[in-house]
Amino acid sequence: MRYVIIGNSTAAIAGIEGIRSKDKQGCITLISMENHHTYSKPLISYLMQGKTNIDRMKYRPDSFYKDNDVHAIFAKKAVKIDPDIKSVFLDDSTAVEYDKLLVATGSSPFIPDILGLDKVNDMHTFMTLDDAKSLLDCVTSQSRILILGAGLIGLKCCEGIKDKVSFVTVIDMAKQVLPSILDKESSDIVTDYLLKQGVNIKLSCSVKQAYENSALLTDETTIEFDTLVIAVGVRPNISILKAAKADTDRGVLIDEHCKTSIEDIYAAGDCTQGYDMTVNNKRVLALLANAYMQGFTAGVNMAGNEASFNTGMPMNALSLMGMHILSAGVYEGEDYVEKNEAKYKRLFYSEDKLKGFILVDDIECAGIYTAMIRNKTPLSSVDFDLIKRKPSLCALAIEKRSNLLNGKETW
Amino acid sequence: MMKIKVNEKWCLGCHLCEYYCAFANSGIEDMVKALKDMSLRPKLRIEQNEKISFAVSCRHCEDPICVKSCITGALSIKDNVVCIDKNRCVGCYTCVLVCPYGAVMPSDEGAVRKCELCIGNNDAKPACVQGCPNKAIELAEV
Repeated sequence: MRYVIIGNSTAAIAGIEGIRSKDKQGCITLISMENHHTYSKPLISYLMQGKTNIDRMKYRPDSFYKDNDVHAIFAKKAVKIDPDIKSVFLDDSTAVEYDKLLVATGSSPFIPDILGLDKVNDMHTFMTLDDAKSLLDCVTSQSRILILGAGLIGLKCCEGIKDKVSFVTVIDMAKQVLPSILDKESSDIVTDYLLKQGVNIKLSCSVKQAYENSALLTDETTIEFDTLVIAVGVRPNISILKAAKADTDRGVLIDEHCKTSIEDIYAAGDCTQGYDMTVNNKRVLALLANAYMQGFTAGVNMAGNEASFNTGMPMNALSLMGMHILSAGVYEGEDYVEKNEAKYKRLFYSEDKLKGFILVDDIECAGIYTAMIRNKTPLSSVDFDLIKRKPSLCALAIEKRSNLLNGKETW
Repeated sequence: MMKIKVNEKWCLGCHLCEYYCAFANSGIEDMVKALKDMSLRPKLRIEQNEKISFAVSCRHCEDPICVKSCITGALSIKDNVVCIDKNRCVGCYTCVLVCPYGAVMPSDEGAVRKCELCIGNNDAKPACVQGCPNKAIELAEV
């Protein structure tokens, strides 16, 4: 069996681990556009802060490809898939034949159409190790940084760069920071915290026109900068599968086996649009944990076994300048709110089920909430008054928790 | 496979397991020096209310969601034990977000804290099991 994997991040590595959990013999070829041993992309902000280094950023040990008998091709881009002859073509015109193919091409920063953006002297994105290195190379302690986007990537970039430069401003079109994962109240807590850390934040605001070292904003003010970082969002890298006529929407559409619409082609990670149990529909969930689950599932299926992943959901763990934010699920239904100085908890529930939560610096045992969402645990089966105040196993029925703590049941 | 089993009927709520755990994992030979005036950093936690109490530690799941979700690769399975490489953990707390038992804990040390069954501590049994005065925590075949 010849397995080919396009990509070298979480979903691709999980694919290898999935295949090897069932098939120790088959030949695996991995095609990586980047010229690096597999590394953890979310760690680039920690690298900038000096909290990790290139060696510790490695997602798997140095011996990973050898241990798993993987032929890894680095610094080559897969440019075309021909499903008829089951081949992947690389940018050096060579072809790699496959029996089963996993596409884990990830996502790319979205560059908005802003007048004058091509004139900017020093513009960066913030997704890859090379992005982080190039940003580190360009900034000095005198640098003024403008970050466009107050989402996860923009704020992690801000955290990574803040202590290395003179001044950081983050702007976002939305009325709040982290618009995709927080409600207004918790985002206000985060904004206050960031302001106290010396970050300048401008909300409900975007760039009208960019110049070499400045930007005219929509509120008609001008802001000067030395370096501009674009962090307004990411787009799934679907072009190679779209050209091969796979079904795509915003991402590559996959089923619960992480299979695309083309025979023997699977896809996993940021490039996909898979099932999200919290909305009962397919959504792009560009999250590392989902990428692993999808990649592993794809790998098991590619190796001729059956595995399904149907518990995907939005889920975020964000540490930001000492603040910890966890969230999961959807923010619909009735809510329960606890606010205590800079701590915040909001649970969302309906139809006797927990649907989602936002936790700011009140995070212990949060996984019990996540498990309740994932398992659709009826709230009537637990002591909800207790568990909403504190996630705990003692709020579960005695038989349930006894089984969990004695290895008779997992959840 | 040997796993920790917890029987809440036998738990006295004495918290001795926390002390033994923190001591065993402190790397210090003298219990007083390890614990006196130090912030206790046990790798298990006690759940307690007016009626019941019990210890919760890592279940060392066969298909651990924390390992699969770990963004750095710091969590891994070694000989059926879910282990944490403190050198690689950056404290993002994704594992805290996903562990269904609340058994991976935030820590002021940077890396998360979790039970590793005392595998590095040269004892025949985990310290919590040895120290529990009422056999509410046992190591048994599951």
